Amino acid sequence: MSLRTPKLRLGLLLLLTPMLLWLLLLIILPHVNMAIISLSERVSAGEYAFSLSNYAEFFTESLYWNTFLRTATMSILVTFLTLIIAFPVSYYIAKMLRGRTKGLVFALCLIPFWVSELVRTYGWMILLRETGVVSSSLQWLGLTDGPIEFLYNDAAIIVGLVYTSMLFMVVPLTTTLDSLDDSYIEAGYDLGGNGFTVMREVVIPHAMPGIVSGCIVVFMLTLGNYLTPALLGGKDSLWFTEQIFTQFITRFNWEQGSAFGILLLFLSSFIVWLGLKLSRQSFTRVMS
Amino acid sequence: MIPSIPHSRLFRTTYASYVVLFFLYLAAPLIVVGTFAFNDSLFPSLPWKGATLDWFFGSEQPKLGLFQDDPILKSILVSFFIASCTTVLSLLLATCNAFLFEREQFPGKNLLYILMLMPLVIPGVILGVSILVFSSSIANWFEMNFGWELDFLYPSTTLVILGQFAFISTICTLIVSARLRKFDLSLEEAALNLGATKWGAIWTITLPFLKPALIGAGIVSFLMSFENFNTTLMLVGSDAPLTIAMFDRLREGATPVLNAISLMLMVASSILAIISLLMDKKSPTT
Repeated sequence: MSLRTPKLRLGLLLLLTPMLLWLLLLIILPHVNMAIISLSERVSAGEYAFSLSNYAEFFTESLYWNTFLRTATMSILVTFLTLIIAFPVSYYIAKMLRGRTKGLVFALCLIPFWVSELVRTYGWMILLRETGVVSSSLQWLGLTDGPIEFLYNDAAIIVGLVYTSMLFMVVPLTTTLDSLDDSYIEAGYDLGGNGFTVMREVVIPHAMPGIVSGCIVVFMLTLGNYLTPALLGGKDSLWFTEQIFTQFITRFNWEQGSAFGILLLFLSSFIVWLGLKLSRQSFTRVMS
Repeated sequence: MIPSIPHSRLFRTTYASYVVLFFLYLAAPLIVVGTFAFNDSLFPSLPWKGATLDWFFGSEQPKLGLFQDDPILKSILVSFFIASCTTVLSLLLATCNAFLFEREQFPGKNLLYILMLMPLVIPGVILGVSILVFSSSIANWFEMNFGWELDFLYPSTTLVILGQFAFISTICTLIVSARLRKFDLSLEEAALNLGATKWGAIWTITLPFLKPALIGAGIVSFLMSFENFNTTLMLVGSDAPLTIAMFDRLREGATPVLNAISLMLMVASSILAIISLLMDKKSPTT
């Protein structure tokens, strides 16, 4: 059967049409449109002209680029912390547990993430607020005299973001570590390595694809998160997505909001690209 | 434990306690949310004032229970509607995409595959605003040139469905494609040899093979849609789905009724999670 028979081509067209419609109407055109709007300025009612003023505004108004840098650095910190916390757990599941227990503990890791992010964040609010569980327990233990407010600061935001991101780190890490044959680790020890050198020379290089895809996904999700900083950070959380929301929904300044959106998209894509380049991974492999 | 590698007892105990601590960290917020749904107090915080079911069944203010709270019940219906529409649309597109990327050869296939994955790297807030701006532009254009008022293109339930569909279909495509890749083509050829039409073969042989993946993808997309916040926030119209309604209440000041809703959500999503894990186990070749 030749690929060029008209019937098969019709089949291809039928399969291609929904895909292209979806891609054009919901992904490509909206973003192109947003890029165009971000480069325009309202001259008078209903009239717009090309202008870079929205971007100029971003660089001259210190609040905007400070928020931008702050969001980026905190996202990197969150990604790093998530990796540090998740790695030993993934290693434990993949290499210390066997058979049924392994599957069970792994499934146990996943359960919290079937629950809505809103519910998880709400849980942290109940734990951390002034009248919350942590503060009350500390008073009960006699460690402090009065109630302490743990909520509405950067540490609370980071705790919540690390919690929310955990799944996206544990799953790829455990999968790659699980695929590492135990004999390689044994060989490392036989050749005179100690725990540290085996980890550095054998385990981590093998786990690199998992580390990279975990880090990329966690970074992106953290950068684009709105809910956790808004609820745990309170009014002064200064997360960049909140700036976007304010411009679009509160101030109705779509030109400025679009410029912010494009900037965030650039930052996100740049970091993904950088992560892939540094680790020599392909985008399609990391994502699927 | 790799048996041939000796570890000191101290090391093993420390390591195991770290993992236990990790699980406590994972469980803590969920346990707290669930527990305070039964606290007989107006605030979801200590002290514990005794157990009550008022936050589920109470019929009077200030302890209006979840099942008497009309705005919340209505928002659950809205969420159900949105999630069902999103799931159906995403599964249809995902099945088409799976056949497209696994079976067909055409120029530009790799580029198209990468573009298909793009929604995974676009932050949800941005996906939301870009669709908001684009659809409003279209609606404005139609109104200026033809005088048509296309209300559904302004923030509305339709837009929420489209916005969620934009990224959930990518995830469904990955799940369904992974299953289709494992399909033995000779089964379909056998059906063709036995006189089935192309469509008949796909309908009776290939689609039943895909069923576990379709159910799994359906559950994932239903949950993702039901729980989505970022994209929905930008596109929501006058009918707030559950996550948005809960978020608004949280900002006003939470009462344990939110805990009651959260507990119900947890129970529902655990049931769906277990079903999808069982589906995974049942499908023999995965």
